[in-house]
Amino acid sequence: MSASETRPAVEVSGLVKRYGSTTAVDGLELRLAHGKVLALLGPNGAGKTTTVEVCEGFLRPDAGRVRVLGLDPHADSGELRPRIGVMPQGGGAYPGVRAGEMLKLVASCAANPLKPDWLLDVLGLTNVLKTPYKRLSGGQQQRLSLACALVGRPELVFLDEPTSGMDPQARRLVWDMVAALRADGVSVLLTTHLMEEAETLADHVVIVDHGRVVAEGSPAQLTTEDPDCQQLRFKARAGLDTSLLTAALPEGCHVAEAASGTYIVTGRVDPQVVSTVTAWCAQQGVLAEELHVGRRSLEDVFLELTGRELR
Amino acid sequence: MLLAHARTETRLTLRNGEQILLTLLIPIALLAGFTLIDIISLPEPRVDSVVPRIFALAVMSSAFTGQAIALGFDRRYGVLKRLAATALPRWMLVGGRVLAGLTVVAIQLVVLGVLAIALGWSPSLPGVLWSIALGVLGALTFGALGVLLGGTLRAELVLALANIIWFVLLLAGGIIVRAESMPSGVATIVELLPSGALTEGMHQALNGAGPGWQPVLVLVVWGVLASVVAGRTTRLT
Ligand SMILES: Nc1ncnc2c1ncn2[C@@H]1O[C@H](COP(=O)(O)OP(=O)(O)OP(=O)(O)O)[C@@H](O)[C@H]1O
Ligand SMILES: [Mg+2]
Repeated sequence: MSASETRPAVEVSGLVKRYGSTTAVDGLELRLAHGKVLALLGPNGAGKTTTVEVCEGFLRPDAGRVRVLGLDPHADSGELRPRIGVMPQGGGAYPGVRAGEMLKLVASCAANPLKPDWLLDVLGLTNVLKTPYKRLSGGQQQRLSLACALVGRPELVFLDEPTSGMDPQARRLVWDMVAALRADGVSVLLTTHLMEEAETLADHVVIVDHGRVVAEGSPAQLTTEDPDCQQLRFKARAGLDTSLLTAALPEGCHVAEAASGTYIVTGRVDPQVVSTVTAWCAQQGVLAEELHVGRRSLEDVFLELTGRELR
Repeated sequence: MLLAHARTETRLTLRNGEQILLTLLIPIALLAGFTLIDIISLPEPRVDSVVPRIFALAVMSSAFTGQAIALGFDRRYGVLKRLAATALPRWMLVGGRVLAGLTVVAIQLVVLGVLAIALGWSPSLPGVLWSIALGVLGALTFGALGVLLGGTLRAELVLALANIIWFVLLLAGGIIVRAESMPSGVATIVELLPSGALTEGMHQALNGAGPGWQPVLVLVVWGVLASVVAGRTTRLT
């Protein structure tokens, strides 16, 4: 392994960024190992885009140390920019520019670009090659933006909500591309609101809130840390009285109707607990449907850490 | 890289209906209108007095108003950030726009010059050469002012201001009414405006012995000042 491969691709410590009186990022720590995929999760306004833009060298940190591919993204931007790919959260093209024209322009800015036509084909944009950017659909604009981020053969890519606004097919395509990048040794830092995306793609998940890291680890680590926090979910008629069930369950288990007709028992779920639940259902004269025992989902962890209120 | 960037910028300008209206259709209409219709009193042949005004207007329209609006919205839509995120060096980001601006001015002057010749304009060769040199200088000066405006403020504000300034300079800045036919105090001020200086320089270049040092100096000073300030205030978003 060469020196550049042992050093992390992105290293952020004590990062602070303020906008006037708002502190967007408040002492954030982050480390993306070379060739890995890191997903930044967090509610709206948590500071994800701000963090990414600091790493890209577009924003200057108020405090903290940021190293990207071993470089200072602001001071060494001339050296860094040719080596990274950037997909911003929105925009990034002239309104009147044709899709093909835009990608060719960005490709012409790179020393050794991928073939634009090939990339447009892979991303399913060949039929809108001559369509002006402003007339592309939201998902097509996103795909063009991804193409622009990748065309320069970067060593590290920043993808800010890469699949927002995409249909399921396009989303899978992007996931496949991220997996392919990783297989090629490209490091990827992405932000997302989709738990499934983070679980599928990321080696390392960092959950941020109010500009700070509230949890991090591999998806498996984040969801199984606590053996007493397993779940049993099932669906039944809405509005059942669960007090009898609560009384019948062992100490440390809780039951709640999470959504109308969806019940979740949390705690150490053993065979005895499953039998108690089904017995209770039989007493109530209801059939427990979609009964499922498992780890907490990443979404549960996320909601638990960041609260349920809207930002 | 530079050429690809300049080519894209030029194509986008020529494809944009509002830009065409501003940079070509309005100057063409005014050139024909003022030459053929007796709206303002001008010495014969009328076309000789109209051409310098229209050349100055054309340069101001594309290099200042057009550039400022395009830049304002390109910033809004994240285009500058997109390009800055590539290997394109910072100076080329500016260089490409300058080159595109000069290309558009060249197209304008050729189209308007051909139309003027059809209307009976017969310039001298030195006059034409001087006016080309002034066109380049004017494009750089107004371009710097356009970047200053378009690179600093919000897109909507840029749109409003760039149009208002265009209109005010057209009517009162020495383009339609030349400084010499204004009261002397006002004339001195108007000659120090980039619009007044460019019109005056074009007029002396095409109908006199050369552009004269004052208009050139005025344009250079405005251009340098605007570039220095724009270099500090221009933002990518
Ligand atoms: N240009 C700006 N000026 C002032 N405040 C800003 C600016 N950009 C972001 N903020 C504030 O900084 C905080 C973090 O914003 P940021 O865009 O980083 O969040 P995010 O995690 O990317 O959110 P989202 O999921 O909605 O994209 C928010 O409170 C936001 O209001
Ligand atoms: Mg964001």
